[in-house]
Amino acid sequence: MYYNEMLDGTKVREAYAGLSDWVDQMPAEIRQMKQAEAEALFRRIGITFAVYGEGGDPDRLIPFDMMPRIFTQSEWRRLERGIKQRARALNAFLRDVYGRGEIVRAGRIPARLVYQNDAYEKAVVGFVPPRGVYSHIIGIDLVRTGRDEFFVLEDNCRTPSGVSYMLENREIMMRMFPELFRGNRIEPVDGYPDLLRRTLETVAPAKCQGRPRVVILTPGHFNSAYYEHSFLANLMGVELVEGADLFVEGEFVYMRTTEGPKRVDVIYRRLDDAFIDPLTFRRDSMLGVPGLMDVYRSGGVSICSAPGAGVADDKAIYTFVPEMVRFYLGEEPILKNVDTWTLWKDDDFKYVMDNLGDLVVKEVHGSGGYGMLVGPRSTKAEIEEFRQRIKANPSNYIAQPTLSLSTCPTFVNEGVAPRHVDLRPFCLCGERIELVPGGLTRVALKEGSLVVNSSQGGGVKDTWVLSE
Amino acid sequence: MRLKITHQTVYRYDAPVGFVVQSLRLTPSVFDGQKVIEWKVDIDGAEPGPGFRDGAGDWVQVWTMRGPVTEVPVRIEGVVETADLSGVLRGHREMIHPMVYLQSTDATAPDDALRALAEEPEADLSPLDLAHALSARVSEVIAYRPGVTHLNTTAAEALSLGEGVCQDHAHALIALARLRGLPARYVSGYLSADADGAEHEAAHAWAEIHVDGLGWVGFDAANRCCPDDRYVRTGSGLDARDAAPIRGVRASTGMRAEELDVTVAVEPVAP
Repeated sequence: MYYNEMLDGTKVREAYAGLSDWVDQMPAEIRQMKQAEAEALFRRIGITFAVYGEGGDPDRLIPFDMMPRIFTQSEWRRLERGIKQRARALNAFLRDVYGRGEIVRAGRIPARLVYQNDAYEKAVVGFVPPRGVYSHIIGIDLVRTGRDEFFVLEDNCRTPSGVSYMLENREIMMRMFPELFRGNRIEPVDGYPDLLRRTLETVAPAKCQGRPRVVILTPGHFNSAYYEHSFLANLMGVELVEGADLFVEGEFVYMRTTEGPKRVDVIYRRLDDAFIDPLTFRRDSMLGVPGLMDVYRSGGVSICSAPGAGVADDKAIYTFVPEMVRFYLGEEPILKNVDTWTLWKDDDFKYVMDNLGDLVVKEVHGSGGYGMLVGPRSTKAEIEEFRQRIKANPSNYIAQPTLSLSTCPTFVNEGVAPRHVDLRPFCLCGERIELVPGGLTRVALKEGSLVVNSSQGGGVKDTWVLSE
Repeated sequence: MRLKITHQTVYRYDAPVGFVVQSLRLTPSVFDGQKVIEWKVDIDGAEPGPGFRDGAGDWVQVWTMRGPVTEVPVRIEGVVETADLSGVLRGHREMIHPMVYLQSTDATAPDDALRALAEEPEADLSPLDLAHALSARVSEVIAYRPGVTHLNTTAAEALSLGEGVCQDHAHALIALARLRGLPARYVSGYLSADADGAEHEAAHAWAEIHVDGLGWVGFDAANRCCPDDRYVRTGSGLDARDAAPIRGVRASTGMRAEELDVTVAVEPVAP
């Protein structure tokens, strides 16, 4: 059965003790009124973007569920330790594979998966960014299956988005239900923008003098996450720039301003590697800054996340993250991986082909709930069609068991009902590794659905961590 | 052999341009086969970045000009002492794993004809013999003829034409080697004229193939040989574009006409 995060049989669990009265006492008409109010607030703010790689209509509002998702302090402590451990291992891996490649030499990860990976950038081999950090903002997608059972679904080491939902969901909850925040001691998340700025400042290049100038580099307003870029720049108190606002001169990068050029020290880019510098990567890119990579490599500017960081987060490398924790940190992984069958191995291929109806199959480079098969929820014809696709290119797929995602109480038309959820916390890596107590909870609003992606009928919730 | 190189590339524009950025990979590699006696790179009116050695061992330096200018003259002058190592890139410091060079690019993407050609040498050849065999086949099937191909011609197109220049020979050989599982890359550099006066392309390019136990070995299919002391190596990449000695853009110039004027001289000098 599914783990219900609020109820243990008929008993309300500790985390939700302060909330059940609130739910019970809210009349249906008030609830509907509040729900309409929440939607109006979101629309007014204009937060209507899709979470990274999810696709779908960028102007569609992602449904907001007013029922918060709650962790106790002790539950969170354990999660926090696991997330930080994973973040350390992922950065150690990146430093290694762009250096001597010890983990490959030791035979713990196949060379092919690293060096023939599309996300591996030979342009940064041999370069160690400040503090040895490659991925500065890591979004780790987690699901829960039991009281102490958490699994990592995937790591996002490039430019994970969704943090503006974490901040806005809280903002809106506090505005609509101030009494909840008086009655419950909830850890704040609003320190995130400051913490992000301070984290980025700690990875400024050695050549930087004075307080580092941080900018956010966006592809522009047509990007589906543009709202988040401008939202973060505003809260962090830094400039939001496009490629054309920056230029390279001599050994540094400058920003064009009305008061003349200003040197830029740290670029938080929300632009894929392929587009950041037409001299090194795609030459047809109009979004990047020509010469940026040369300045980066000679220590004149920091780019966050580092170009090439994506090699740590594809679904093939994912299966080796527990191995990274053991290899680099000498620790046992606190967070588990989902069992994964890699279809380029003959044994795994055979198992998956024999059990396709029970498994979830995903594309190695896919995201957003597209290009995947959820065996138990598919028709025979769909399974057979997918089988042919796998056979045509086995190494493009991995398979996992269908997980029993935990449920949280969620407002639905009929009242309150359990719906499946996941969690994306945002881990910050600079001089120190930091995690604000919270994250983005996504909820599958369709009854029985296990797909939380907004493009597939998912919504979002405020995520609470209770103080001691 | 001691070689003196003078290389000038001038970009000319019919109207002034601003914010010129050029990334240069025009400095001789450091390995047992060549030693720099003197080397000078200069762009009139441009500011050099600090430069760095990349993971492939190449020296890269960015030059910028705020402008406006109508001419960007890139001048290289230097003297290099070379030795014949039969193509072996001995003593070259680099960090990129050879397997990275199995990755195909647009210019080296295989088609059926390349695949068929790659299968010709027998399966049981040693990697070194296989590399030699593939290089020899490229020399046979693509005749040297300037003017029939252009900068963006792919390996597949050159093979179908049966003619081309050093860039086409290198691309074809790289495509074949990768098809046989041998890491291969594009190398740019210079080539001195022969003592007998036979002409070559002075700004030259060839391929390197990675052979276990030996490391990277150069193959010049255009000249049916391995690089010797007439060759000066400057940089490498997955293909010609990736190994380009000069990568540049001009900012916001719209449809300005760009003219390119290149003169290269490589000549033996007395030590």
